[in-house]
Amino acid sequence: MNRFAALIDRLGYEPGRNAKIRLLVDYFATTPDPDRGYALAAMAGTLDFGQAKPALLRSLISERTDPTLFALSYDYVGDLSETIALMWPASNTQSAQRELGLGEVVALLSNTKKADIPALLANLLDGLDETGRWAMLKLITGGLRIGISSRLAKTALAQGADIEVDAIEQVWHGLTPPYEALFLWLEGKAPAPLSGNPAPFRPVMLSHAIEDSDFVSLNSADFVAEWKWDGIRVQATAGTDATGKTVTKLYSRAGEDISDAFPDIIDALMGFDGAIDGELLVVRDGKVESFNALQQRLNRKKVTPKLMAEYPAAICVYDLLYADGEDWRDKPFTERRERLEQLVAQLKSPRIELSPVFDIPSWEVLAALRASPEGKVTPQEAEAIEGCMIKRRDSPYLAGRPKGLWFKWKRDPFIVDAVLMYARRGHGKRSSFYSDFTFGVWRDGENGPELVPVGKAYFGFTDQELAEIDRFVRKHTVNRFGPVREIVHEPDLGLVFEVAFEGIGPSTRHRSGLAMRFPRISRLRWDKPPREADRIETLTALSAGGRKKS
Amino acid sequence: MRPADLLIPTPAGLYCPPADVFIDPVRPVARALITHGHSDHARAGHGAVLATRETLDMMAIRYGEGFTGERQTAKLGLPVDINGVRFSFHPAGHVLGSAQIAVEANGLRIVASGDYKRALDPTCAPFEVLRCDVFITEATFGLPVFTHPEAGLEVAKLLRSIALFPERAHLVGAYSLGKAQRVIAEIRQAGCDETIYLHGAMEKLTAYYAEQGSKLGVLRPMAGSDRQAMQGAIILCPPSAIQDVWSRKFADPVTCFASGWMRIRARARQRGVELPLIVSDHADWPELQQTIRETEASEIWVTHGQEDALVHWCQSIGLAARPLNMVGYSDDGDAEPEAPKGTP
Repeated sequence: MNRFAALIDRLGYEPGRNAKIRLLVDYFATTPDPDRGYALAAMAGTLDFGQAKPALLRSLISERTDPTLFALSYDYVGDLSETIALMWPASNTQSAQRELGLGEVVALLSNTKKADIPALLANLLDGLDETGRWAMLKLITGGLRIGISSRLAKTALAQGADIEVDAIEQVWHGLTPPYEALFLWLEGKAPAPLSGNPAPFRPVMLSHAIEDSDFVSLNSADFVAEWKWDGIRVQATAGTDATGKTVTKLYSRAGEDISDAFPDIIDALMGFDGAIDGELLVVRDGKVESFNALQQRLNRKKVTPKLMAEYPAAICVYDLLYADGEDWRDKPFTERRERLEQLVAQLKSPRIELSPVFDIPSWEVLAALRASPEGKVTPQEAEAIEGCMIKRRDSPYLAGRPKGLWFKWKRDPFIVDAVLMYARRGHGKRSSFYSDFTFGVWRDGENGPELVPVGKAYFGFTDQELAEIDRFVRKHTVNRFGPVREIVHEPDLGLVFEVAFEGIGPSTRHRSGLAMRFPRISRLRWDKPPREADRIETLTALSAGGRKKS
Repeated sequence: MRPADLLIPTPAGLYCPPADVFIDPVRPVARALITHGHSDHARAGHGAVLATRETLDMMAIRYGEGFTGERQTAKLGLPVDINGVRFSFHPAGHVLGSAQIAVEANGLRIVASGDYKRALDPTCAPFEVLRCDVFITEATFGLPVFTHPEAGLEVAKLLRSIALFPERAHLVGAYSLGKAQRVIAEIRQAGCDETIYLHGAMEKLTAYYAEQGSKLGVLRPMAGSDRQAMQGAIILCPPSAIQDVWSRKFADPVTCFASGWMRIRARARQRGVELPLIVSDHADWPELQQTIRETEASEIWVTHGQEDALVHWCQSIGLAARPLNMVGYSDDGDAEPEAPKGTP
């Protein structure tokens, strides 16, 4: 456990990607099985201790500390595991216990009955120092949040074995912790493990934001354009397992299996064999709906028939990775697209649509299209369009974010000037800074104009700006509600934010009846008195349709 | 006499009406009593200042000889009578010359402790417990998550890192008054006699500490030294310099920061610190509790920092406690806001 604790402790403070990889390579090379495999699982997010929910940890610590002091500490530290690790009363049995390996801790946790888990955890925590407690709590609650992605851990494995990281991705989905077969292969002691998953995830290809200089250097004739839909990126994959049964899976862009939440899509893929890349959307009567509609279907483990009927999901497909028992990723985009069109035609499902492709006669023509997609699609669909994708006709499908092949050209965001009303401390990287902000706009109240909260934002600003806002918050607090501070917001005294957002729709969760999509603080308007901030009517008009030309 | 007749919080600082003096005023006043030399407590521009000799010396170093109209030296433990109110200065263990100020009249005794700590510090006199009716305490680290390890253990971490990375310079961010000198003294106590390099901003105050008897060993200014030839060396600099252009001229340095805040991981990461050193010149949570109990005060006033938690704890053991909501004192930086450019 101490080795693992020391590793993630070091990783947490290490800013450089290469240095992180070096630490990981060293750890994997010098740590025995099964500890290193469980460490890998912890970083890749494939360990699950269902029993150790945050609620259990809270109850353990509340038996040992004053609840008010714990709440204040947690609010300050901004991380549950760290707060508990720091507040856990020191035990004198610490040195007496033999140190447990990570594998032993995992085995203990998995083999203990649910009723006995609290006592086991308390006992384990008693035997560790602060760093050890922190590491163990991070481990069992999942999400280490130390700046290590599954991809980075695999990159370190690949570097250690001197192979391409893609080779690891190929076999990854068939493997389970503690990954002994994987390490045997990487060390040259066994052949590559078979991918036990007939429908594996393949890493996706990402784009760069296009820059002004690109329009000068790139020839529009070498590219095609597609709409950039405001949905979520998915990969649908189907294959045949050893028993001859077809397995169909839907993955998020990070490779998370989300099949269970979308049985309608899985059904629509009946008869398909291969891997396609596309955008998951809600499509009703052949019309794409805005992201607000899709949100009703996201983050659910299971769905009801009612939900599926109300928010019918579909994929707007734009690429082909695998088909006819063959990897298509090395072929040029136009060739992949041709085969994709045939496959989609064969499926004959309204749930699987082709993303339209346009030639680009000139960048000016594309600019006009991007500014008003309404010419090509319905106004409602235009709301689900974030901008354009620009793809090289001859581009292979490459994992990651290769340069010069795919570009995105987003529409300009909506902009509104709103007034800071409430602030609370952030978590993670922003912990102990006031970095979560609720902002409002003016409306007519019973006693004249008043501010009504319309949204929250916790990013968009630079670290320097965050320090400035934090200082403003501390100096201008007029009220405290637990961890939330009310900040002065009078017509002539307060802080105006320029808030950028991608869309706005009706919502029952907010007092204003509106919810913004992807709001972020785009500028601090120290120059602007709150009285000059926007009014609610501006937002209601946007919500009702009608995109403001910005 | 009620406590509020003897000392009241005002926007300018703690004010004693019968004596017409302020303690650690944050704006210029006619007569000020100052607990210690950190810039949020000791400001220039008062009509008259009463403080320990070391505090007066350090104010003169920072602000120039004309930092106040008149100055009067407070001798530790020796009361000064102002208009029937007795003021006496006692060691606070915070930095060199730091003092608590006891205020007494008509049998009522209030102690304004300024900033303080209980852990031993080779560069200043240890904290002295004063029994009193009202104890005014800081709460910079007033949360149970803050327990500072022994400074010696943290310095050992630094020395181990140097042994591990002998090819890398170790930049240690530390506040220029108190923290820097304490870290140097602790390094010497750990048996390391290597030359330690100093950022220009801390040269004068460090020289003053050495003059006053702190054993700081061989020190050399960083100015004029080759930043590329600092392999394995310790360089002390103000915390702001860690992220400055200044630090970028070193080849692959290990950035360290000596501060009580380093107890919280996110605080270290926010500052880009690779080696956090938990060294503080403020009382940690157990020290705050211990001190409040030992003063036997029945009423506790909490000035700056994490006052909510400390007030809650005091009340939970049956003490009257309230936050003073004082403004102008740093509840964030370890002891003091960054000194403006140009001040030593």
